Amino acid sequence: MDTDDHDITVSVNGVRYKRRVESRMLLSDFLRHDLALAGTHVGCEHGVCGACTVLLDGQPVRSCLMLAVQAETHEISTIEGLTDKDGAYHPLQQAMHDHHGLQCGYCTPGILMTMTAFLEENLSPSEDEVREALSGNLCRCTGYQNIVDAVMAAAQRMRG
Amino acid sequence: MKPAPFKYIAAASLEHALSLKAEYGDDAKFLAGGQSLMPTMNFRLAQPAILIDLNRIESLGGIRPGDAGGARIGALTRYRNLERDAGFARMFPLIAEALPHIAHPQIRNRGTIGGNLSHADPASELPAIMLALGARFHIQTTKQTRSVEAPDFFLGALTTDLQPDEMLVEVELPLSKPRTGSCFMEVARRRGDFAIVGIAVMMTLGNQDECTHIRLTFCGVGETPIDASSAADHLIGSAPTEKAICDVAASVQAMIDPGGSVHATADYQRHVAGVLTERALQTAFQRARDGH
Amino acid sequence: MSTRTFGEPIKRNEDRRLLTGQALFIDDVELPGLLHVAFLRSQVAHAKIRKIDVSKARQRPGVVAAYVAEDLGDYWKPGPLLVPPPPIAGIVFNQRTQVPLARDKVRHVGEPLAIIIAESRYIAEDALDDIDVELEQLPAVVDLERGLRAGSALVHDDVGSNVSAHVRQTKGNYAAAAAKADCIIKRRFRYEHGISSPIETRGVVAQWDARANQMTIWDTTQAPVFVRNGLAAMLGLNERNVRVIAPFVGGGFGPKIMMFYPEEVLLPWVSMKLNRPVKWIEDRLEHFFATTHERGQIHDAEIALSRDGKILGIKDVFLHDGGAYDPYGLTVPINSQCTLLGPYVVPNYDSTFTQVFTNLTLVTPYRGAGRQHGVFVMERLLDFAAHELKIDRAEIRRRNLIPADAFPYKNEIIYQDFQPLEYDSGNYEPVLDMALEAIGYKTFKEQQAAARAQGRHLGLGLACYVEGTGIGPYEGAKVQVQSNGKVSIATGIGTQGQGHFTVFAQIAADQLGVAVTDIDVVTGDTDQFYWGAGTFASRGAVVAGNAVNEASKVVRKKALKLASDLFECSEEDLVLEDGKVSIVGIPEKFVRLGDLANQANPMRGAVQPGTEPGLESTQYFGPPMGATANGVHAMVIEVDPRTFDLKVLKYVVVHDCGTVINPMILAGQIHGGVAQGIGNAFYEKLAFDDQGQLLNASLADYLLPTALEVPRMELGHTVTPSPLNPMGIKGAGEAGAIPVGPMFAQAIEDALDLKERGVELLEIPLSPSRVFELTRKSGQ
Repeated sequence: MDTDDHDITVSVNGVRYKRRVESRMLLSDFLRHDLALAGTHVGCEHGVCGACTVLLDGQPVRSCLMLAVQAETHEISTIEGLTDKDGAYHPLQQAMHDHHGLQCGYCTPGILMTMTAFLEENLSPSEDEVREALSGNLCRCTGYQNIVDAVMAAAQRMRG
Repeated sequence: MKPAPFKYIAAASLEHALSLKAEYGDDAKFLAGGQSLMPTMNFRLAQPAILIDLNRIESLGGIRPGDAGGARIGALTRYRNLERDAGFARMFPLIAEALPHIAHPQIRNRGTIGGNLSHADPASELPAIMLALGARFHIQTTKQTRSVEAPDFFLGALTTDLQPDEMLVEVELPLSKPRTGSCFMEVARRRGDFAIVGIAVMMTLGNQDECTHIRLTFCGVGETPIDASSAADHLIGSAPTEKAICDVAASVQAMIDPGGSVHATADYQRHVAGVLTERALQTAFQRARDGH
Repeated sequence: MSTRTFGEPIKRNEDRRLLTGQALFIDDVELPGLLHVAFLRSQVAHAKIRKIDVSKARQRPGVVAAYVAEDLGDYWKPGPLLVPPPPIAGIVFNQRTQVPLARDKVRHVGEPLAIIIAESRYIAEDALDDIDVELEQLPAVVDLERGLRAGSALVHDDVGSNVSAHVRQTKGNYAAAAAKADCIIKRRFRYEHGISSPIETRGVVAQWDARANQMTIWDTTQAPVFVRNGLAAMLGLNERNVRVIAPFVGGGFGPKIMMFYPEEVLLPWVSMKLNRPVKWIEDRLEHFFATTHERGQIHDAEIALSRDGKILGIKDVFLHDGGAYDPYGLTVPINSQCTLLGPYVVPNYDSTFTQVFTNLTLVTPYRGAGRQHGVFVMERLLDFAAHELKIDRAEIRRRNLIPADAFPYKNEIIYQDFQPLEYDSGNYEPVLDMALEAIGYKTFKEQQAAARAQGRHLGLGLACYVEGTGIGPYEGAKVQVQSNGKVSIATGIGTQGQGHFTVFAQIAADQLGVAVTDIDVVTGDTDQFYWGAGTFASRGAVVAGNAVNEASKVVRKKALKLASDLFECSEEDLVLEDGKVSIVGIPEKFVRLGDLANQANPMRGAVQPGTEPGLESTQYFGPPMGATANGVHAMVIEVDPRTFDLKVLKYVVVHDCGTVINPMILAGQIHGGVAQGIGNAFYEKLAFDDQGQLLNASLADYLLPTALEVPRMELGHTVTPSPLNPMGIKGAGEAGAIPVGPMFAQAIEDALDLKERGVELLEIPLSPSRVFELTRKSGQ
């Protein structure tokens, strides 16, 4: 059987990529293996763990529940684009480092993508709001407490 | 956990999508938010031959005013659009109250109203809410449009009234009457999980605080969302007393036939349905009386 | 010496790569010509294999090869026994280890039947549908008690029963003690533990390079050295021709040390056979069946006490679900047996267990590794004893604590490390006091009554535990100063997020006077460090950490010696700090460490006989036995008395793991352990039907706690150094997870007055539905 292939143009972290992909290729696999942007991690492939979270036009979504062909014409942001051009941390990356918000680090890219988008919308969150926003990302190592503290600290810093 | 092969077609318009569905029928599936379909495809529990992507059909999304007040929600409207629309939240506080219980932010960014309702998971919150609100579902093919009331749409677990060539294109929600109080509650193992039991209540009061209208619906306790409003018939005509509310709870418990799951026994579900009935009716009554 | 880093909350060296998406995890390994693997796994728990035909799969475009057990020839053999049974008199052990691909019979759902190798994982999964399989289903052994009855189906027919092992250990004379007791309490307990579910599943990449005669294996293992040695033997290669790399690993928690998983055995063989690199990444569905579990025990336990609440003795008979094979020996049930004794004086103990073969996934240690089963039994027995004897629950615990002057304390039975169970050091009462203070124990009863008056149901839970940590045999470390002045540390253990890149650097930094950030740590690469055992039993920091310390001390000595020769002064006149050696009082007279390292490898000229090049040292450390940490957890919960849902309002951990290397990292370990303990106690349950089918094999139905279920935790520490190693440290990796179950049971009983209502919670995990059913059965 011939495979159902499509030519797509996708913008990731501001870089345009033209690729030919099979229609069933998951966006997560496309980013990781076709574009070698392996910082987006895959944990469950059924939309529960949140490790594969990327931003689709600025909004966090599960890249394991999207097809690469669906990203055509959209702007995707991944962990690789989170630092600035000089490699300086986003305030949340810095806060995660300062507060020991990561252990094995596998869930970390998904958490950073989810929570940086959250901070874009809410710079004065309560702890409950942070926990609610974080609840779609599973972490098996940290017990979440230091991640919550990091998000609160980043918010404070970003408020200036 | 990779999907089986399929042919992907990005529909350019509603007409295009409907003509493809007319052509391929049950071999094709509409891909909207994909938050239910994609996991089942990754598990290879669903292996559609054709996937018709609706996401480029902008006209399918969005909220617009209904003909007689109320609102019409396009099938491709995402949960997030509802969540961020303050006017909508004021108009339909029942939905606003339920949204935080529906999965997690990333899922709500992508998941669509039409996709959820067409998927018809009986443990999902939205179908029960549609029953409580008296929603009307607008359905279209290349040839015709029709509409059905919410109770006639949900036929069984993951089964709807939709024919192979049809699409749910819009949901129409009537404006609720003045002095209506609503309440959504659910018990789930974790916030964001499907409900073990969820309840949606709409209660309208007259000038003497007498109950003039009541809708009482459930998710998670049957093959479809359950309309248990008849259990509350005797509340009509007077202000609900604690005793009368307890009677409703007992009637609900007798009426429903939950199936149990790995998370809860059927008896627990029945018990909790009673507890939530009492709590949600009380809350809805207070809200109707206090005017919010 | 510059500012001490040991004991400070130093931020982690490894964070940058992880925070920017640049850390190499197993699925990030990309190689030219890489092939992808999928496994056909049994859908039934117990069956005879009639036919597995992969010929059609081989025809599918994109499929490169497909194999079944017969294709493996002599390579097919049962795996090695990873942990032999300890030397305990009268022990019965029937060794039946797992096989690479099932032949003749399948013994659990998910056991691999065939392997497909294809150009992509997508195609490999497509080809699974092409395989023609005929299985003759047999009755499954799922229930432990039924599995031991005559006439039960047999997991291994040749054993003649489903007994995997039978062990009795005793201390004193329980029967005699019980005869004198004022109070005997006997209960049946069930404790289920779940699946580790790291967010990264397992994976293996194997690359055979025929020209170099070299096999390279990337593996998410916690024990790379043993994987190398075992695979070299299986493949007929020299150990030097096999390199195993455990890259960044996304959480381990125990099951990633099981060996050999069938996939670990098969991938290198396939790579050699095809002369192509191959990759297998376990998907989440596979993880539920193919990665080892920890599961149930049933205890019939009794405690004998005097009227004043002193424990006279304990008798326990329990069954342990071992799963379909027993390559990990008896580690889990022996941990249960030993850890049950807890921080208490138990003069008489009689404990017998039977490990049972079942048609379920193998059981091997998962964070806690059977310890929580034992702690649950002991803590619940004390709760019921306190109630019976009308003694406060904190008081009955206090009365039985091992006194501070009784250490080292001998428990007279054999532990999982084959050594007599002996607690090296401890001071238990202050830990209990701190926890009671932090949770507000004194005023809780008033707080509870006040809340109750408002219709709110609060409950308090309190549990004590010990944790055997830091067991042998040994680990090693190589510490090397490079000519750029930076320090490299290599050790043989694997790392899965515990902060080894930082704590080992802290240990060396203090010895060598260099910044922590100038120390690069490599773990889990057998070409970087040749020897070692692995990361398990809360031992990484203790055993490898002490090896780093020893090696760093030698390097320090070497540096000072070289500098003293250079400056022609005595070593006592030298100071080593800020990456250089200088003369005391003459800071401008110095030599950089990097220059010393350079000089230690002269290019020309002659050296003294016996000179070793390099400013480096390799040292090994092996403790005589494990170090015993201890702690007390306490929490306050609020329970909805009608839906039985609950919320944790306050959670306190007070803990003693000896000297602390990095309190920030230690706190993280405790937090994560508690989160897993909460999952175990109230959310995570593997639900099997009577045919051994797992009913909730997805993360939508197997409920890992989220940020909304895990409460904020308050931590307190006391420090009682271990005398077993020069740094005085004890392990901490599992402490958070161990005592959570009994606390939930106790706190729910407390909140809902269950004891008064005649309801006792004798099992874990609990759930709102389960508590409802138990209260209803009691007619309340």
